[in-house]
Amino acid sequence: MLRYIARRLLWAVALLFIVTAVIFVIFNVLPTADPAQLRAGRGASVEQIEAIRESLGLNDPIHVRFARYVEGVVTEFDLGRSIFQNNAPVRDIIFDRLPATIMLTVGAAILWLAVAIPVGVISAVRRRSLLDRTTMITTLTLISAPVFWLGLVALYLFAQDVGVIKIFPGIGAYSEADTFLGKVGAMILPWIVLASATAAIYARYIRSQMIEVMGEDYIRTARAKGAPEGVVVRRHGLRSALTPVVTLLGVDIGTLLAGNAILTETVFNIPGVGGELASAIGQSDYELIQGIVLFGAFFIVIFSLIVDVLYAYLDPRVRYS
Amino acid sequence: MSAPGTELLSVSGLEVTFRTDAGELRAVDGLSFDLRRGEILGIVGESGSGKSVASLSILGLTRGPDTVISGRAEFDGRDLIALGEEELRELRGNRISMIFQDPLSSLHPFYTIGRQLIEAIQVHRSARKADAAARAVELLEMVGIPDARRRLDEYPHEFSGGMRQRAMIAMALANEPDILIADEPTTALDVTTQAQILGLIKDLREQLGMAVIMITHDLGVVAEVADRVLVMYAGRAVESAPVDALFYDPQHPYTWGLLGSVTRMDRPRAAKLAQIKGQPPSPLALPAGCKFRPRCPHAFDRCAVEPPLEPRSGDSAHADRCWLGPDEKRAKRVVEGGEIGLEAA
Ligand SMILES: Nc1ncnc2c1ncn2[C@@H]1O[C@H](COP(=O)(O)OP(=O)(O)OP(=O)(O)O)[C@@H](O)[C@H]1O
Ligand SMILES: [Mg+2]
Repeated sequence: MLRYIARRLLWAVALLFIVTAVIFVIFNVLPTADPAQLRAGRGASVEQIEAIRESLGLNDPIHVRFARYVEGVVTEFDLGRSIFQNNAPVRDIIFDRLPATIMLTVGAAILWLAVAIPVGVISAVRRRSLLDRTTMITTLTLISAPVFWLGLVALYLFAQDVGVIKIFPGIGAYSEADTFLGKVGAMILPWIVLASATAAIYARYIRSQMIEVMGEDYIRTARAKGAPEGVVVRRHGLRSALTPVVTLLGVDIGTLLAGNAILTETVFNIPGVGGELASAIGQSDYELIQGIVLFGAFFIVIFSLIVDVLYAYLDPRVRYS
Repeated sequence: MSAPGTELLSVSGLEVTFRTDAGELRAVDGLSFDLRRGEILGIVGESGSGKSVASLSILGLTRGPDTVISGRAEFDGRDLIALGEEELRELRGNRISMIFQDPLSSLHPFYTIGRQLIEAIQVHRSARKADAAARAVELLEMVGIPDARRRLDEYPHEFSGGMRQRAMIAMALANEPDILIADEPTTALDVTTQAQILGLIKDLREQLGMAVIMITHDLGVVAEVADRVLVMYAGRAVESAPVDALFYDPQHPYTWGLLGSVTRMDRPRAAKLAQIKGQPPSPLALPAGCKFRPRCPHAFDRCAVEPPLEPRSGDSAHADRCWLGPDEKRAKRVVEGGEIGLEAA
């Protein structure tokens, strides 16, 4: 087990290095807007721009710049500086935005699991029942519904300011709330919107996993032992069906924390990492974009490491191979 | 409780039909047999003849929205086919146990052998964990697994194939059942291990006095362990006989064909005996009359009507389902180098 973890860890470090290199190349070697020019602003003289280039070290050879970049990332997690926010460190901007994104992601993940597991299992066990068919159609609809549209519909229906049924806080409520409970209230609609498509995907995935698992020989053994059907489904079936879901969950949480909640955060005006990324793109604040992307990549790599270790814990066959 | 030698399980007119996309599939079609206390009954037949479905159905393990099961299976004064799910569940793994072909896929990959054994015990008795664990060690020792206490904490994939099947047997015997149904328990094992497992089952039968239904497509296995044999074809019994009678005086042409195609360890198969020609009929489209007729070189006009399973005159223990008379049978089966076959090659 320890050797397995060590191997995964080594792999994660290698992966992070590769990702850093790729992102560096994309933003620094492939032609983008000149950061010195962007910083200097309109109407700056050639000399001024050249001075900025020199001070940023942009005239150094590419490998020197890459080494400096990696060193900054490794030693002080320096992800660069925002061009349009007074040279504020990208790291600080992200950490500032992270709590909202974490709250949005974790809440939504709990919600989609809480819905998808029972729905998936019941549909699998009661396959082809009315309930199963209804869920399958509903989930298909939810999966194909764009988040943006879903968000607007949710606001239109339930927001306290513009909604038809004024029950939940709407746009911008998160920033305005100053208590934790207030923030929880503000998150209700975003959670639902962010969770719905994923819940639908998970429900379908868990259903198909469960159907497959319930046909396994060891399920027949459990029944032949005389185990009650509830025990067969939960202890023998669900335990197997949910193990691969851990992989899915790790990737999904990783990407959401990395900024993939961008649409939901934009619709509800939540000051999260995704929202920041959206505005950085709008402003062509390419250093900020680069920082967020790298940071996101870190999250995804780290979560896939966590998932690998967790998976080995859950499946003894992986642990020993 | 009935006296030794009398019927423990009595199956009659068992029919199992699956509703499939391709139509109604009758996997078992009027199967009848008796199992006596302490005996080993071998059930042989080609793949798809309904051996597994028949035995699973007795335990209610094929029940479902798309399955129709009828007939009777009397056990301990109750009809298992009509029994409620909860009562049947109490019998499963308790009075009647079952083991399967592939012990690796039949054990849960995520739980230790010990945990799965303990579950088998605790499902039917309220035993404390420690007591159940002690019993689990006892069971593993009984089936010949050395160092049992340590192996309790191992996972199925850490066991060898033979050891896994031993563990399955231990699990099945946890509650000292009256009947052990073994569905091709040695098919997935190598020859040496196969002999060991068969020996173990025979020993345990002596030791515990249980009856065994040994399902196999291998007549060698039947010769090795069975007291009586039931030959199945297309979901029904075509011959039923004490093991010696089946090998030395087989009555049904299908049995001749099976005997002629046995691969033997001790000597090469008599080259002059032909394999049975053709394929077993699809359970979706069974022929009218005798189900073996399309493959039988001795079929004649009477075979358009299906013969009943009738005892031979003067031997009530030996029954078969064929219209040929005793003398015709003796004349028609091919004997080659002491071996019986259906046809000469
Ligand atoms: N759940 C099911 N649904 C539909 N058809 C089934 C089902 N289970 C078995 N069958 C069919 O019933 C027939 C008998 O199958 P069964 O498994 O009993 O054969 P078998 O004699 O055990 O053969 P084998 O030696 O291959 O194990 C086969 O045609 C099989 O395809
Ligand atoms: Mg079978």
